[in-house]
Amino acid sequence: MQTRLQQAMRETPEGEEAEAILRKCVHCGFCNATCPTYQILGDELDGPRGRIYLIKQMLEGHATSADTRQHLDRCLTCRNCETTCPAGVQYGRLLETGRRLALKRNPRSLTEQAMRRALAAFLHTGVLFTPVLRLGQVLQAALPAAVADHIPARRPAAGVWPRMTHERKVILLQGCVQPAMAPNINRATARVLDQASIQVLRASAAHCCGAIHQHLDFEAASLADARRNIDAWWPLIEGGAEAIVSNASGCGVALKEYGHRLRNDPHYARKAEQISAMTKDIAEVLEPHAAQLAQEARFPPPAGVAFHPPCTLQHGLQIRGKVEAILAAFGINARLPHDAHLCCGSAGTYSLFQPELSLTLRDEKCRALTQTGATCVATANIGCIAHLQNGTAIPVVHWIEVIDSVLCGTAL
Amino acid sequence: MAQAMTTDAGSHHASALDTPPTSAGAQLRARLLNALQTAVPGCQVLTGEENLAPYETDALPVYRQLPLMVALPDDESQVQGVLRECRRLGVPVVPRGGGTSLSGGATPMPNSLVLSLARLTRVLEVDPLARTATVQPGVRNIRISEVAAPYELYYAPDPSSQIACTIGGNVAENAGGLHCLKYGLTVHNILRVKAISMDGEVLEFGSLAPDAPGLDLLALLIGSEGMFAVVTEITVRLIPKPPVAKLVLASFDDVETAGDAVAAIIGEGIIPAGLEMMDKPAIAAVEAFVHAGYDQEAAALLLCEADGNREEVAEEVARICAVLQRHEVRDVQVSSNEAERLKWWSGRKNALPAAGRLAPDYFCMDGSIPRRAIGKLLKRIQGMEEVYGLQCLNVFHAGDGNLHPLILFDGNDADQLRRAEDFGADILERCVELGGTITGEHGVGIEKLNSMCVQFTPAERETFLAIKRAFDPAGLLNADKGIPTHARCAEYGHMHVSGGRLPFPDIERF
Repeated sequence: MQTRLQQAMRETPEGEEAEAILRKCVHCGFCNATCPTYQILGDELDGPRGRIYLIKQMLEGHATSADTRQHLDRCLTCRNCETTCPAGVQYGRLLETGRRLALKRNPRSLTEQAMRRALAAFLHTGVLFTPVLRLGQVLQAALPAAVADHIPARRPAAGVWPRMTHERKVILLQGCVQPAMAPNINRATARVLDQASIQVLRASAAHCCGAIHQHLDFEAASLADARRNIDAWWPLIEGGAEAIVSNASGCGVALKEYGHRLRNDPHYARKAEQISAMTKDIAEVLEPHAAQLAQEARFPPPAGVAFHPPCTLQHGLQIRGKVEAILAAFGINARLPHDAHLCCGSAGTYSLFQPELSLTLRDEKCRALTQTGATCVATANIGCIAHLQNGTAIPVVHWIEVIDSVLCGTAL
Repeated sequence: MAQAMTTDAGSHHASALDTPPTSAGAQLRARLLNALQTAVPGCQVLTGEENLAPYETDALPVYRQLPLMVALPDDESQVQGVLRECRRLGVPVVPRGGGTSLSGGATPMPNSLVLSLARLTRVLEVDPLARTATVQPGVRNIRISEVAAPYELYYAPDPSSQIACTIGGNVAENAGGLHCLKYGLTVHNILRVKAISMDGEVLEFGSLAPDAPGLDLLALLIGSEGMFAVVTEITVRLIPKPPVAKLVLASFDDVETAGDAVAAIIGEGIIPAGLEMMDKPAIAAVEAFVHAGYDQEAAALLLCEADGNREEVAEEVARICAVLQRHEVRDVQVSSNEAERLKWWSGRKNALPAAGRLAPDYFCMDGSIPRRAIGKLLKRIQGMEEVYGLQCLNVFHAGDGNLHPLILFDGNDADQLRRAEDFGADILERCVELGGTITGEHGVGIEKLNSMCVQFTPAERETFLAIKRAFDPAGLLNADKGIPTHARCAEYGHMHVSGGRLPFPDIERF
C-alpha cells in the first residue's frame, strides 16, 4: 500500500518499522472476515484494515480526534487478523505504535487515567488483590450485577507442590493474578511436569509479565516488569534451567515480545532476546512426553471436554492443534466449538473497558461451547477461564488441570 | 486501471485528501446530514475526514476518493430511506459490501455517499428441500456454505476472497471463483434478488421458479456493478456436496507446457470442478504463508479437481493424470485426504494478497482468453516484464481461460505506478487481440474503463448507457463505473497510441 509518512516520523525506529508493516498491507480486506469487532459492528473503522488505515493517517500527519483512539481501543488484540493475513502484516506491532500515538495526540480524561492507574496497582499487587478477591467472592450475591459479573468464583483447593528434584529444570512464570484466582493451575503444571521428570523452579522476585501495565497504557512500567523478571530469572538460567514455561498463553505472548520491546535497551537487549527464545508454552514442553505419560495415567479421563483455544495461544503464539493432540493422547477427545478461531472477549483488561463487546463475544462463545454438549470446558489462559466462567455453569478449567486429574487424581 | 493516464481519471487518482472538499461540497454535506437525520433517524452516518478516510478505497488502494459521507444502515427500510434522500438531493451513491473489489467497484465518487451494506448480515432462510438460501447482502460468501453445511449442501461460486467478500458484492460483480468451470458464475447460481432503485422503489428480479415469462432482468442485474439498483435480499441456489473430491497437483518445467496441458484436459472432454494454474513467483509467495508443500522448483503448478461419486472421481483422476503424463509433467500428486486437499487449495486462494510479501502494491488483471492461447499470452507477458521493467506473477483460472496476471510495483514511486498501469492496459489489449475479453469476473469498476473503449464500439457502449439510464435516469448510482463515457474513450484514444496506431479512428477527438 502507498504510504506518505511524515519525514520526522519516518526517521524514528518506530516510524521505520510502522512504514515497513504498512507497505506489506495490500488492503485486501481478508482480515475483516475474522475480526470479532468487525463481525459485530460492521464498520470498516472497527476492523483491522480500517484501523491500519487510521494509523496510517496519523503517521502521515492528518488530524485525528478521540475517534481514532476509540476505534483502536476497541481492538481486542486477538491477532486473529495476523493468522488470516496472506501478506504477513504484523498488525499487533503496528497497533502498539498506533495506540501510543493516538494516546499522545488525544490523551484520556484525568478520571479515566486515574482509574487505569488504580486498576494497575490493584491487579498488580498481591497484597491488595487476594484479600479483595476473597471478600468479593463472599459478598458476590449481594453486589450489583455489573460488579458481581467480574468476580471469579472461588475455585477448589490447589493440591500439593511436588518435592522431587530432577536433572531437567524449567522456570515457571507464576503470574500476578493467577495464583490468587486459580491456585491449582501452577501446582498442576508442576505435578504434571514432575511426572515427566522435569523440575519446576520459581523465582520469587519474578511477578507480572508486564501485560497488565501495557494494557493500561503504562509502557514504562511494563518494561520495568520485563527487566525485573529477567533479573529474577537470570541466575536460574545460568544455573541450567532450559526454558521459561508459561501456562497462561496471554503471558506467554508477552514474554515472547521481550526481545522486540527491549531491543533498544543496551543493558537488556541480549538477555531479553534470549528470554523470548527460551519461552515455551506448557503445551510445547509437554507434547514430546504426552504419549509416554498417557501410559502412566491411573485415573479415568473425564468425558465431554470442550477446548477453547485462547487467541494468545492460536494467533499470538501460533500454536494450534497441540493441546488437542496432547489431550487425545490421554484418550480425551476435546471438541472444538463452532468458530473456534474467534475471541471470547476476555482480552486482558478489555472486558472492563469495553463491556458491551466483551459480553457479546462471551455469550456467543459460551453458546458455542454449550452446543458441543460439553460438561467441562478446558482452555489455556487465566483471563479466558475467569471470563468464560462468569458466563456459563459448565466448569471452566485449564487443560493442564485435566491432565493432572488423569495422572494424579486431583479433583477437577 | 489504465485510466490514470487520462485527465478524466485524475479525480480517482492519488488521494482526495490532498484536495479538501469544496464549499459547495460542505453545503451539500450539511443538507444531506440534516435530511438523513430527519428521514432515517436510526441509521448511523459517518462524517469527517478522519472517519471517512478508511472508506476512500477498496481492495484497489492506489485509487482513492474521499466520500462526502458514509451511511451504515441496519435494515432494508433504512437503505430505502437513504436512497430516497440522496435521490432528492442529487447525491451520488456508491454501494459497498466487504470492500474487496479488485477493480474499484466500491471506490467512492466525488461528493458521493458510500452506502455500506456490511450490517445487513442476516441469513433469512435455509430451505434444504428446495435447496435454496435467502440471505441479506452483507452475508459473506463462505458463510452461506457454512449455514448450509448441516444439510450437506453448499453455495458453489467461491471467489478467492470468499471469506471476506459479501454475496451482495458477488451479485454486483457477477463474481466467479475456483469452481466456476463446472458450477458456473454467480449468475448461474442466483434465483431471486430483491433490490431498491435509486428512487427508493423496491424491485424484484427473478423468481423461485426455474424459468419465468418476460425478459430475464435478473441476469441483467447480476454483474451490473451496483449501477442499476442496491441489492437487499438474495435467494441463492444450494447444491449437494459431492461425496468425494480429489485434487490433482501437477508441476511443470515450463509455463507454456502447463498451458497446453490445460487445453488438452478440456479438449479431452473432461470438466474438472476446478482447473487452476500458478507460476513460479506466485508459488514462492504463497508457500511462505500457507506451507502447502508446493514444488518450489517448478515453473508452473496446475491444480485440477475431480468431484462426484467414488467411481466417477477415480475414473476422472486417472484420465487427468494420463493427459498430464503426455505433457511432460514433472510430478503429479493426488490429495490423499480432505485436509490435504483444502491445504493445496488454500495456497491458491491466498495467492493474491500473498503478493504483498513481494511488493507493496499490485494490480490484479482479469483478462479472459481462449484456452489455446494461454501459453502464447504467458510468453508475451514475459516479454512485457522487460519492456515495463516490472515483475508479473501469474495466477489464474486456467480452465476458464481467465487470467490474473499480478503486476508488482511500488505505489510510492510514481513512475512505477505509471508503468504498471501501462503494463496492465497492454495485457488487456493483447487479450482482446487474442479473441478474449478484458474482464472475466472482477468487473470493470474504474480499473478497466479505458479498456472498455478497446473492447466495445461506440454503438455498443451507447446501448449500455441507455440501459443504465432506464434504471437510474439521474445517473447517481455508482455512476462513472463500468461503462465509459464517449468523451472518455475519445480522450483515451487520443492519449494512447498502441503499436503505432491510434485506436478508434472513428471517434471524434477533442
